[in-house]
Amino acid sequence: MDLLTFGKTGWGDELLYATLMTIAVSITALWIGFIFSIIFTPLKLSNNKFLNFIANSYTTVIRGVPELLVIYLFFFGGSGAIMYVASIFGYFEYIEINAFITGSFAIGIISGAYSTEVFRGAIQSIDKGQFEACKVLGLKKYIYFLKVIMPQMLRLAIPNLSNVWQITLKDTSLISVTGLVEIMRQSYIAAGSTRDPLFFYSFAAVLYLMLTFLSMKLINRLEVKYSRGF
Amino acid sequence: MDIVLMASSLPKLLSAAVITLKLLSLSLFFGIFIGLIFAILRLNKNPMINQFAYGYSYVFRGTPLLVQIFIIYYGLGQIEYFRSTFFWVIFKEPYWCAIIAFALNTGAYTSEILRSAFQTIKPGVIEAGKSLGISKKIIFYKIQIPVAIRQSLPAYGNEIILMMKGTSLASTVTLMDITGVAKHIVSTTYKPLEVFLMAGGIYLFMTFLIHKSIKYLEKKYSFQQ
Repeated sequence: MDLLTFGKTGWGDELLYATLMTIAVSITALWIGFIFSIIFTPLKLSNNKFLNFIANSYTTVIRGVPELLVIYLFFFGGSGAIMYVASIFGYFEYIEINAFITGSFAIGIISGAYSTEVFRGAIQSIDKGQFEACKVLGLKKYIYFLKVIMPQMLRLAIPNLSNVWQITLKDTSLISVTGLVEIMRQSYIAAGSTRDPLFFYSFAAVLYLMLTFLSMKLINRLEVKYSRGF
Repeated sequence: MDIVLMASSLPKLLSAAVITLKLLSLSLFFGIFIGLIFAILRLNKNPMINQFAYGYSYVFRGTPLLVQIFIIYYGLGQIEYFRSTFFWVIFKEPYWCAIIAFALNTGAYTSEILRSAFQTIKPGVIEAGKSLGISKKIIFYKIQIPVAIRQSLPAYGNEIILMMKGTSLASTVTLMDITGVAKHIVSTTYKPLEVFLMAGGIYLFMTFLIHKSIKYLEKKYSFQQ
């Protein structure tokens, strides 16, 4: 337990920061994922075959390829790609992107593929009459989406989004390969310098369990809130 | 795009795919047994036993696979006593450590899939068996298990794909699977885009094959024939 004290001798404060970092990366990635799903869900539901194809390839490719590979691609290929774009505009210096940004972007793209599927499923399971009623009432498109479809969709989507959140949270452990100091990386550093990997990796497991447990509690509350009246 | 490099890295990646497939098939093989045992324990009426099974699946589903591999590969070797036992022959190999971690992980998910499949079996089916005077054991092996397997095929197909993606983590414990080889090639050629795209293509192809074969099995074993 000495190993977990705060201050210079223990790893308590480092692990606390690392936990906060894991939470920060997961939340950022989840929101990036939401942005992706806001773009791709309409494409998935559209009648245009070409747009369908684009959205389907996004979700199929991302969900069919290991997360670690996507992270490697972003981490090793990301700065190269940005430097290439910059060189077109006449900028030839070395550009290094922050590990937090690459990491949350990589996880965000993965998370986006899963949440796109969740939103698609939720919208498709809304009764067709709801859409028709909106058209009959002559509601403007964005109003009918925000006021009628969205609330119903969220109720259906939240249980599955909680799975997406769990996947995202666990995937952030893979960002440790890029050197971002989150729970996994910090445990690796601590295990290396104290030669006590069993303790630190088990403690990391406990931290992840706590995070998943607490987030389940929070999501259950949300679920109750959004299913009022059902 | 360096087409020559892409072509030359393909044979190396394909030979690494053999290791990925070995890891996948062995961990699924052990995982099914673990899953079946824990699914049966979950359905046990004794709260001690079913809480134990629930705890197992909760822990393995609530923590990242990477942590599990690291605990088994780096952590267990730390215990002095453990290194003197017979198990050390297995646990000193990264290959078996990875398989054990994968099997325990997929076992936890499989137990959940099978448990829900057992619970969705209509009671009438079991009652019909009882009224025909079939023994409890035979009802379990000849009625409950086949129906549960059919019921759980779609979810299990997803689990196989998730596990196949999970095997890429074996590269973090020095194994040379597809991801490991791809990373090695990148570290010598500095061409990440080409090599990782090739590796991704191979994984995608494997996902496609798994998906198709599960669809085939679902059709073959569907109730409406």
